[in-house]
Amino acid sequence: MASAQGTTPLNQPAQQVSDDARGYYTPGDPLVDPVAPTGPIDQRWTQRVFDNRLVNPANRRKLDIIIVGTGLAGGAAAATLGEAGYNVKSFCYQDSPRRAHSIAAQGGINAAKNYKEDGDSTFRLFYDTVKGGDYRSRESNVYRLAEVSANIIDQCVAQGVPFAREYGGLLDNRSFGGVQVSRTFYARGQTGQQLLLGAYQAMERQVAAGTVTQYTRHEMLEVIVADGKARGIVARDLVTGEIETHLADVVVLANGGYGNVFFLSTNAMGSNVTAAWRAHRKGAYMANPCYTQIHPTCIPVSGAHQSKLTLMSESLRNDGRIWVPKKAEDCDKDPRDIPEEDRDYYLERIYPAFGNLVPRDIASRQAKNMCDEGRGVGPAVTEVGADGTEQQVRRGVYLDFADAIGRMGRQAVETKYGNLFDMYARITGEDPYETPMRIYPAVHYVMGGLWVDYHLQSTIPGLFVTGEANFSDHGANRLGASALMQGLADGYFVLPNTIRDYLADGPFEKIDESHPAVVEARTDVEQRIQKFLSINGTRSADSFHKQLGNIMWEYCGMERSEEGLRKAIDMIRDLKKEFWTDLRVLGTNESINQSLERAGRVADFIELGELMCIDALNRRESCGGHFRAESQTEDGEALRHDDEFAYVAAWEWTGEDGLPVLHKEDLIYTAIEMKQRSYK
Amino acid sequence: MRLTLNIWRQRDAASAGSMQKYELDGVSEDMSFLEMLDVLNEQLNEKGEEPVAFDSDCREGICGNCGLMINGQAHGPEVTTTCQLHMRSFKDGDDITIEPWRSDVFPVLRDLIVDRSAFDRIIQAGGYISANTGSAPDAHAAPVEKKKADRAFDVATCIACGACVAACPNGSASLFMGAKITHLGELPQGQPERWDRVVNMVGQHDAEGFGGCTNIGECTAACPKEIPLDVISQLNKDLRTALKHGR
Repeated sequence: MASAQGTTPLNQPAQQVSDDARGYYTPGDPLVDPVAPTGPIDQRWTQRVFDNRLVNPANRRKLDIIIVGTGLAGGAAAATLGEAGYNVKSFCYQDSPRRAHSIAAQGGINAAKNYKEDGDSTFRLFYDTVKGGDYRSRESNVYRLAEVSANIIDQCVAQGVPFAREYGGLLDNRSFGGVQVSRTFYARGQTGQQLLLGAYQAMERQVAAGTVTQYTRHEMLEVIVADGKARGIVARDLVTGEIETHLADVVVLANGGYGNVFFLSTNAMGSNVTAAWRAHRKGAYMANPCYTQIHPTCIPVSGAHQSKLTLMSESLRNDGRIWVPKKAEDCDKDPRDIPEEDRDYYLERIYPAFGNLVPRDIASRQAKNMCDEGRGVGPAVTEVGADGTEQQVRRGVYLDFADAIGRMGRQAVETKYGNLFDMYARITGEDPYETPMRIYPAVHYVMGGLWVDYHLQSTIPGLFVTGEANFSDHGANRLGASALMQGLADGYFVLPNTIRDYLADGPFEKIDESHPAVVEARTDVEQRIQKFLSINGTRSADSFHKQLGNIMWEYCGMERSEEGLRKAIDMIRDLKKEFWTDLRVLGTNESINQSLERAGRVADFIELGELMCIDALNRRESCGGHFRAESQTEDGEALRHDDEFAYVAAWEWTGEDGLPVLHKEDLIYTAIEMKQRSYK
Repeated sequence: MRLTLNIWRQRDAASAGSMQKYELDGVSEDMSFLEMLDVLNEQLNEKGEEPVAFDSDCREGICGNCGLMINGQAHGPEVTTTCQLHMRSFKDGDDITIEPWRSDVFPVLRDLIVDRSAFDRIIQAGGYISANTGSAPDAHAAPVEKKKADRAFDVATCIACGACVAACPNGSASLFMGAKITHLGELPQGQPERWDRVVNMVGQHDAEGFGGCTNIGECTAACPKEIPLDVISQLNKDLRTALKHGR
C-alpha cells in the first residue's frame, strides 16, 4: 500500500544481473542526488523554496547569468531572472528568440486545476506522470512539477495567452494522452506557439528594461569550466563567424532535445545537441540517453529528399480508426475498394480496452510491425538500410475518418480537425475527407538528457539544465501535453528558486579572457572549425547525418536488440572515422556558412548516437519508449525489470578513446507503488 | 520535373549581389520547396560551389523563419509559408525566380537570408503585458467573452515571418504590428497598457524605417496565417484614441 505521507520507501535498490554492454563501458560509483529533499512528498518543494538562500536585490544586478536557448524553458527563465534583477545574457541560434522549437507544439499543456471537478488533483497528475513514464522518473521532481502546474496557467493568462474559452468566458479543457480527466489547456492546435510568444514577450520586455541582453544568430560551441565551476561559454556569431567569449557567474542550458540524431524527426532543422554534448565532454553526465519518444501519428516519408517529418496531432486518434489490409496483395488498392472484412483494425483487435487510444509507444510499435509484415500502405519508397542497401517498402497505415464523417457529419469533423486535414492535403496532395490519411511513427521527443539534481544543477557546479535538455521528469515515456508543462515549470518557477541558492555564494571571483580555462576553450573551438574547413573530402555534413539517422532508426528506433545495437555501435565508430577524413565544408568561417554550422552539429550527433546505443544495450528491459526485443511477454508486450533496472543511467565522458563510465542513481518510490502497465 | 532556377546570390551585407541561373533535374512533386533547394545545395557542394544560404527551421509553417520571394510573390503562389509550399504547385520546365524579402529594413545578410531584428525591437517597445512571474491572480479571476478570446487568438497566430512587409509597396509593417495590438487589446489583461503600447510600438515602427499603410491590402493577401486587414483599422483606432486623449 502506498504511503499517503510519501516518506517510507516502497521498493528496494536495483540489483543488475544481465550485462549486455560489458566491454562498452566501465562501471562507476553509484550516483546520489546531493540535494534530494526528504519528508512528506507534498511538503518537499515548499520547504525547499523556504530553505534555499536568498540573494538581496542590490546584489542581483552584480550577478551575471548566461542562458542558452530561448524556448519555453530558456525564454521563461530569462524573463523571470531578468524581472528579479539579475544580469541575463540570452543566446539562440535562430534570428529571433520567438522561433525556438517549442513554438511547434500543438496539443496543449496539462495543469492540475481541477476546473472540471472531475476528481483531478496534484497527486493524480503526479501519479499519471510517473505511471506514464513507466516508473523511471524521480518522484520528488514529478510531484513538484504537478504542484507548480497550476501556477503556470495563471501566469500565462496574465500575460495574455489566448487559451480556448467556453461561452461563459472561462477556460476550456480537454482530455489528452489516455488519461481519464480533462486537465489539458489549449489554444486550438497551436498551444506551444501561444505559450512561447507569452514567454518571448515577457523576455523582450526585460530586454527593453535592460536586464536581459539577447544574442541571436549565436551558437554556443563550448562551456568554460574554470576552477571547477561553469563560468561562461564560447559562442560563434553565425553572421560574422567571430568566436566570442562570454563570462558569467552561472550558466543555464535550455537547448532542447536531440531527436535530430535520427536525422528525420519532428524537430526543427536546427535543433541539435551541441550545447549539451560540449557540456557532457566537460564533465556533465548524460542520463538515460536512449529514452526516445516515437510519435505514432506523423505524415509518412515521401522519398529520399525528405528533410523532416510533420506531426499530425494525437487528438486525431479520438475519432480516426487505424487499419491496414489483412492481405498484403491489397496494399496497392484504393483503400475505399477494400471491403470491411478484408481490413485489420489491429489496435482495436489487439487492445480491445483502449483500442486506437493506446499510449504512443505501443501505437508506434504496432504500426511498424504491420509494415514489417508487408501490410503497410501508400507508395513504396526507397528505404536505405543502415548498411547502405536499398529496398522498396510501404511505410504507412491508414487513419480513417469515414466512420467519424458518417457519425458526426463532415462539418463537425471539419470544425474539429479542419486545420490538420488542410495541412495533410497540402503536404501529400491527397484529400483526407475522401480517402483515409496515411500515417507512420516519427521521432518526436527525447526523455533522456543531461543529468540534474533536484535543483536542476548538472554534475558541473554552476551549470544548470532546464526543459527537454535535462532528463528529470518524464522517465522512459512522456505523456501528451506534459512537455510544455515541464518547460515552463522549470523556467518560471523551479530554476529561479533553486539557482538563487547557488548564487547566494556569488559574485564569484572575476576571471578574464587570459584565464587558462578560457584560452583552452577558445582554442578548442577555433581548432575544430579549422579542422572542418580543411578536411576537404567529398561528402557533405548532411550526407553523414542521413547515414547516421539510418543506423539509429534501424537499430536504436522502435525496437532494439543486443545484436542490432552491437552492430550499430561498430557502424557509428566507422562513420565517425569517415566523417573526420571525408567531410567537405566549402566557404570560410568569416561569413554565414550553414555547411559549417551543420558539420559541428553532426560531429556531436555521431558521438551521442554511439552513447545512445551503449545505453540501450545496457538496459536489457523494455520500458516506455525503450523496447528491447529480448524483454517482452509471450504476447509481445513490453516487459520491465524493476529488480534490475529501476535506476537512472548517468554516463560520464572519459575522452575520445576512453570508455564511458556508468553511474547508477537508484529510483526509490515512497508515495507510489511500481506496477506493470497494461492496456488490454 | 526539370526546372530553371534564378537565385539571388550575395556574399554578405557589404557585397553586391546578382541573380544566378541553375538547372535542376529530377524534382519530385512531393518535395517541399525548401527540400528542392536542399537537393540543389547537395549538388552544388559536390561540384565545389558554395550552397545557397536560406533560413528555415521548423519546416511546418509555424516558426516563421523561412520566407522567400518566389516569382515575385512572398512565399510563392499558395497561401502558406515557403516551407509548406510543395513542388506540385509547379510544373516541368518552369522558370522560378527566388529572391530574399524585399525591404530596406530587412537588409540581406547572405543570399536569401535577411535581418528581421526590427520586429523584435517593435515588440520590445510595447508588444507585451507587464506581468512579473508569480504575480498572477487565478486564471479564472477574469472571464473573457468567447468572441473576444477567439478574435485575440486568431490574430495572435502571426508568425512574424515578414511576408507582409515584403509584399507591401510601402514596406509597412502595419499588419504585423496591428496583429499584436489587436491580440493584446481584445483581452482585459491588456487594457492597462493599451494606449502606451500603441504609441510606443508605432514610434518604433517608424523609427526603424518601415513605411506607412495606404490600405492596399497586399500584406493580408501574402500572409500565410491570413491575418485580416482590419487589425490595421484597430491599430489606427487605438492610435487615434491614445493621441486624442493625450495618452
